Amino acid sequence: MALGMENRRRKLYGLAFGVILLLISMVISILFGLHRFDINDLWQAYRHFDGSNEHLIITTTRVPRALIAAAVGASLAIAGAIMQVLTKNPLASPSLFGINSGAVLFIVIGLAAYGSSLTMSGMIWIAFAGAAITSLFVFTLGVQGTGGFDSIKLTLAGASVAAFASSITSGIILINKDSLDSALFWMVGSVSGRKLDHLVIVAPYLAIGLLIALLLSGSLNVMALGDDSAKSLGQRMMLVRMLSALAVVLLAGSAVSAAGPIAFVGLIVPHLCRSIVGNDHRWLLPYCALSGAVLLVIADIVSRFVLMPKEVPVGVTTALIGVPFLIYVARRRRHA
Amino acid sequence: MLKYSTAKSIVILSSLSLLLAALSFLCLSIGGVRIPIKEVFLSLVGNNGESSDLIVMQFRLPRIVAALLIGAALAVSGALLQGVIRNPLGSPDLLGVTGGASVAVVAFMTLFTGYSIHWVPVIAICGAFIVAFTNYALAWKKGISPFRLVLIGLGISTAMGALTLFLLISGPAYLTAQVLNWMTGSIYGTNWTYIQALWPWIAVFIPLSMVFAKDLNVQSLGEEAAIGLGVRLQLSRMAILFICVALAGAAVGIAGTLSFIGLLAPHIARKLAGQSYPILIPVSAFIGAIILLLADLAGRTLFQPLDIPAGIFTAGVGAPFFMYLLFKRKAV
Repeated sequence: MALGMENRRRKLYGLAFGVILLLISMVISILFGLHRFDINDLWQAYRHFDGSNEHLIITTTRVPRALIAAAVGASLAIAGAIMQVLTKNPLASPSLFGINSGAVLFIVIGLAAYGSSLTMSGMIWIAFAGAAITSLFVFTLGVQGTGGFDSIKLTLAGASVAAFASSITSGIILINKDSLDSALFWMVGSVSGRKLDHLVIVAPYLAIGLLIALLLSGSLNVMALGDDSAKSLGQRMMLVRMLSALAVVLLAGSAVSAAGPIAFVGLIVPHLCRSIVGNDHRWLLPYCALSGAVLLVIADIVSRFVLMPKEVPVGVTTALIGVPFLIYVARRRRHA
Repeated sequence: MLKYSTAKSIVILSSLSLLLAALSFLCLSIGGVRIPIKEVFLSLVGNNGESSDLIVMQFRLPRIVAALLIGAALAVSGALLQGVIRNPLGSPDLLGVTGGASVAVVAFMTLFTGYSIHWVPVIAICGAFIVAFTNYALAWKKGISPFRLVLIGLGISTAMGALTLFLLISGPAYLTAQVLNWMTGSIYGTNWTYIQALWPWIAVFIPLSMVFAKDLNVQSLGEEAAIGLGVRLQLSRMAILFICVALAGAAVGIAGTLSFIGLLAPHIARKLAGQSYPILIPVSAFIGAIILLLADLAGRTLFQPLDIPAGIFTAGVGAPFFMYLLFKRKAV
């Protein structure tokens, strides 16, 4: 019991450390870039806003950017962690299973149909619809034939759904002759150039998704034991599955509508966190949220400095970090 | 029995070539400006003298020839790959070969200006080789498992996509549109220079693949049977993979990433002509050419006056087909 307390305390310290790390990385993200500021500027910009360029940059681009990166990173990581339990597939994540690309496809269709009259909240609903339909589709394909989720099939189905959705997306972009900037945005995902309003509109849905995820964490633990044990423990499997799927759709859908498709955060972070805190989802999910946020904020800082003064979309950076990781996971699998 | 199958092959191949010829004529005649078949024919033999000569000979014909060559190259490459890894899910794009070729070409386009188009297939093939080798090496763990190969190929393709975008952003802005269009897989704007750069590769490697067709038949019986029957397994496997990468690389170099043709064509061919590679390879080539021809025709006529890259149509048809294949088979 004392050992349990000790363990618990250590995990709490870990969480506190994560919060501090997140705050530090967000402050760095606000202060450094093409224009550098010191901590005093940040203070002044909010206490004595004088309308100068520096203050405008801080309040309208840097701060929203850091906040969006943190929110998107956290929600993608949690969505990935839930998907990995739900499908019993270590490769499950919103990007690899095509959910991100599905949401993007729907948004681009919406933009093509309604143009600028599409409001931000309309866009979020469209993104949810896209995320929901793609995940339903991929999951249905995954259970086809063999009694449970077949992980290889599921992964390949997700990959081909992603390929399908992104090729249709680029087709629509080409037909509409949209400006290349927005095309690139919907092809890779980025947290730059977004306003705080985007986050504010998405925030309630994110919060609901997060809340469902955290409430479910105990049930996810039971689900991870396998269907039979879950049933014998009196778990209402169908309800838990539906709710977890709902949380994934809410989290991934709002992440996409705020930042476009950002790859691999949902794959890497749950694995890393599992190696730190183990399989207890009551700890795992908060850890995932913090680490996902830190990862995306740092990736965003890195992508500013690589090609200064140009910026690399953060989706490119996460993909380049994520692929070696994917290869590692794929090689480690016993099966196949 | 042998006689019957030879006769059957002749019937299949000749009807496919008739179909291909008819389609090509159709493609020459349809488009932004409709040209009657009769005039197309006159232009081709060089006796027309009308303004349609220019359209037929300089705009449409190179594009159609490119579609035929590229479609055939991708299809044969896919057929060979499926034979070597003995898994019907293999295709050059899923294994990262096309991704590697794209990165190499985009790097070349952005880093060197004023390049000659003749170098593009060479560069693409080099890129394809490096990536194919990396993929193979990474998937190697006491032997090759097709699943691991496909999974790692998936990852590598994603990395290559990201790298391509990275190069794209780092390069000058005017190149972005050009490269982006190329990346989606398009044979828009092909002229005879492209064909000159492309055809030697196809002309060498497709016949070469026929040389190894019998080996593939033996290999399909399983490794032990192949060795027992005197095939030098590792050597012939390497040679076939080499041809496969060269064909896909050259095609990607000219057309960009045209996904799923390498997957789709061999399957249709197998339905038509059976499992035997000496007939499967030419039939795949024909089918690949027909698919790309149709995709390109759809791309340039459906959304006139816009020209949609053919790669969007091949992915639009190919991805659902891939899913169908995935779920029709009980065990992958």
